[in-house]
Amino acid sequence: MAANLALGGQTAETKRRSLLLEAGIVIAIALFLIVILPLLLSDFRLNLMGRFLALAIVALGIDLIWGFTGLLSLGHGVFFTLGGYALAMHLKLQIPADASSQLPEFMSLYGVTELPWFWQPFYSFPFTAVAVLMIPALLAGFLGYVIFRNRIRGVYFSILTQAATIIFFNFFNGQQKLFNGTNGLTDFQTLFGAKVNSPGTQYVYYVLTIIFLVAAYALCRWITSGRFGHLLVAIRDDESRTRFTGYNPTGFKVLVFAISGALAGLAGAMFTLQTGIISPNSMNIAFSIEMVIWVAVGGRATLVGAILGALTVNFAKSTLSEKFPDIWLFFQGGLFLVVVLFLPSGIIGWLRTEGRNLWRSVRGRNQVATYPSLEEDAEVEYERQNIGD
Amino acid sequence: MAISILDGIFNGLSVGSVLLLAALGLAIVFGLMGVINMAHGELMMLGAYTTFVVQNIFKPLGAFSQLYIFFALIAAFVVAALMGLVLERGVIRYLYGRPLETLLATWGVSLILQQFVRSVSWVLVVNLALFCLLYFGGLWLVRKRPDFEQIRKLAIAVLLPLSVGIALTVGSLLGKSFGLTATKPWFGAQNVDVTAPKWLQGGLPIGGYQLPYTRMFIMLLTVLCVLGIYFFLNKTPWGLRIRSVTQNRNMSACLGIPTAKVDALTFALGSGLAGVAGCAVSLLGSVGPNTGQNYIVNTFMVVVVGGVGKLVGTIVGAMAIGITDYVIGTGMLSTLFTAIQPVSNFFAFFATTSMAKVLVFVLIVVFLQFRPAGLFPQKGRTVDA
Amino acid sequence: MSDKILEIEHLTVSFGGFRALNDLNFTLNQGELRVIIGPNGAGKTTFLDIITGKTKPTAGTVKFKGKNLRPYAEHQIARMGVGRKFQTPRVYLNLTPRQNLALACNRNKNVFPTLLQKPPTPERRTVASLLETIGLSPKADLPANLLSHGEKQWLEIGMLVAQSPDLLLVDEPVAGLTDEETERTGELLVALSESHSIIVIEHDMEFVRQIATDQVTVLHQGSVLCEGAFESVQSDPRVIEVYLGQEETEHAA
Repeated sequence: MAANLALGGQTAETKRRSLLLEAGIVIAIALFLIVILPLLLSDFRLNLMGRFLALAIVALGIDLIWGFTGLLSLGHGVFFTLGGYALAMHLKLQIPADASSQLPEFMSLYGVTELPWFWQPFYSFPFTAVAVLMIPALLAGFLGYVIFRNRIRGVYFSILTQAATIIFFNFFNGQQKLFNGTNGLTDFQTLFGAKVNSPGTQYVYYVLTIIFLVAAYALCRWITSGRFGHLLVAIRDDESRTRFTGYNPTGFKVLVFAISGALAGLAGAMFTLQTGIISPNSMNIAFSIEMVIWVAVGGRATLVGAILGALTVNFAKSTLSEKFPDIWLFFQGGLFLVVVLFLPSGIIGWLRTEGRNLWRSVRGRNQVATYPSLEEDAEVEYERQNIGD
Repeated sequence: MAISILDGIFNGLSVGSVLLLAALGLAIVFGLMGVINMAHGELMMLGAYTTFVVQNIFKPLGAFSQLYIFFALIAAFVVAALMGLVLERGVIRYLYGRPLETLLATWGVSLILQQFVRSVSWVLVVNLALFCLLYFGGLWLVRKRPDFEQIRKLAIAVLLPLSVGIALTVGSLLGKSFGLTATKPWFGAQNVDVTAPKWLQGGLPIGGYQLPYTRMFIMLLTVLCVLGIYFFLNKTPWGLRIRSVTQNRNMSACLGIPTAKVDALTFALGSGLAGVAGCAVSLLGSVGPNTGQNYIVNTFMVVVVGGVGKLVGTIVGAMAIGITDYVIGTGMLSTLFTAIQPVSNFFAFFATTSMAKVLVFVLIVVFLQFRPAGLFPQKGRTVDA
Repeated sequence: MSDKILEIEHLTVSFGGFRALNDLNFTLNQGELRVIIGPNGAGKTTFLDIITGKTKPTAGTVKFKGKNLRPYAEHQIARMGVGRKFQTPRVYLNLTPRQNLALACNRNKNVFPTLLQKPPTPERRTVASLLETIGLSPKADLPANLLSHGEKQWLEIGMLVAQSPDLLLVDEPVAGLTDEETERTGELLVALSESHSIIVIEHDMEFVRQIATDQVTVLHQGSVLCEGAFESVQSDPRVIEVYLGQEETEHAA
């Protein structure tokens, strides 16, 4: 036991126990969302919730790349949309055999007579499922590689990803014959023979979204907890130092960016299923930056924060923009300012520091003031955290 | 053929000079503080709206009204510079050394400015003025007390809702008593139109082709701005200070250069240039709350290609992007290569304004593979310490 | 292969006309502890930048274990066995000392092994014993930003050792340390020199006297001014003129 303590910091037993506890909480929340929430909310609200949960998957991806690795991507809208399009193309090819045209209806509208070659593989669902993840991942990996290998980073990376966003936006907008241009792909009929729009199917998508979110959470948790995760933090804090220790940050950053892109693609697909439309509009500049603010609000570099932030901000958005459409932009702009200036570690970060102190003072267990030197002493702080209460 | 090449060069230069005008302020600020100002486009938009307002003020003045553009230029510069100053003092100075956070914060500002232009009305102005007066006035009064640091949080917690409440109440009262005159938005969400002065309409005929005067005016304006900035940076004491802070902030501070003042000044200057750019843009087409958004990505690319620290980088970058963009977008390359069919088809595919941007971006990424730090990178061992 | 671990020939580095290093020749034997001194601006840090691959030479060659380093990037050079400690301690402040050391200790630093493999027990044992050596066991699981300056210096030296390099480059290891800490650092370096080749850059003459068992090299204006045992270097008139002399007159005045 003592040897274990020296090696691992905490015993394997406590580690395992806290992991089990965490898994239990996650499963409990998931079950609550799956079983109880549908009883409390109308179909419309539940569908909204499902969309927000899908957006929470992107937030996890953003947190991975920004919160942990310190790379501010303003291009996740592209990965999100590509994932959405990949699935939507499959959906558009679910054409009944007796239909007059075996093409998606917009194609006949623009006078396309033959299905473009890259649409062909989307007949197959397995291919589509892989494409939803891999197309965004490959694009992110490629983009990341050409940027990172030249040690371009910081704001340069951000504005290059932003430029990529506007480029894809333009591209998809311009291609009426291939992707129905500005209108995007919509009016989905069936998937696996089930009607996409029926409440029953929508509930299945809702449950699926939750399962994917849990899986994404588990994946991110696994990535960030071990040595790999520590290295990401190291790259964030002092990238060139990692080189002198023998790591090549490029590969790590490319991989994380690709994973993050894949998560965005998955989110885009689930979002598309539940909104029934995907259009180039989700590749506008604003949406991609909005994703970042979800993570910032919740608390960057905390996975729970990313999910929480995505849910809170989107809930606020839907409520406010329903009732006061004028105010929403003011509110959103203000949110950016407040979070950056006053709440740099987000809700979760606040809860961990100020919130905890507030809670203590409410319970009348205020910390006893001591000598300042003692306050800063690491050992005292350590004991206080672990033994104090 | 000669005419079309001339046309290409002229229009390319003209697009490039708008881009240069827009990117100039951004590049100076980025070079100095390493800060990307996402609200730069909105500062341009403010400049454009200022031009619109000045034009309307001058309308009743008869013949004299044709000279409004010069006053508009000055007004646009001043308005945008003041806005920039507020932005720097109120937000950015707290975020130095955190460029990514600055980026997010300025994006927030840009959203607010967009919505502000849409919904600004007398009521909103009165609201804002009243709020600022009450809140900052109150804080100023409280600050005089010796125990300010202790009651700071309490003071803010009391003052903030109080000022918001009073301002909103007064605003809604105003709205009720004056009705539409007070609540009607000044500009609304629609685009507004600035008409160029008569002497800028039409163009210089060359052969069968006309070179529009407005575009020539913008090119002239750009040249003047660049020369002015060059003169300011290289020949004036404040310019020297800006350059020294750009190169080594800590050393400059040690030598007694007020770096905070230099930052504020530079930011105001960069913002003012955005205002001038906005004034220029308003001559080219109608202006809306989203006008700024159309320019930011391109101006950022100018900074990426040009590199920081040298004015000439920005100039070359803007011209290169402007000309390439125009030449590809109009399909000139496609007609040039008619002899080689696949090449011609390739360029024809990209021969629209939006598709040209796709190709330009690809070219920029390729360019960065060879010159990751841009055309004119900062040299020396201070880079990437 | 010779017993020279590092051979530098006619090395020149210029930054836009300014020659930070000028036709520098330098060799280091296997297992040697070499101290490099020199006034500010002599090119000491640039010298380390060159060896670690951060800066590429304008002319001349750097050979490590007989291999020319020019085509290699920083991380490749680090994997060949060159470790570097920076002037100001550069540890990862948001990670704990244990995590810092574990990252340095990692045997396979490629992407997928780092992601997929659990740190093997011997590595974890190395980390634990290193924590013991540098005296950070009690604070092993606190974020490193809570450590004092001296502790951070030691942690960085620990990371350097965890990397188990053949050549250690140590840039001013005792800047900002107390006398006691300085002495312990000296002992640690001397102990390390039994199994490693070490280059130490230092200003503190007392400290140099303590650790300079082998040769001392004096850099001046980008080239080697002289080399030899500490005492002989100290009495070299040229050295006194450019470096020690100035300092002594300053002390006298």
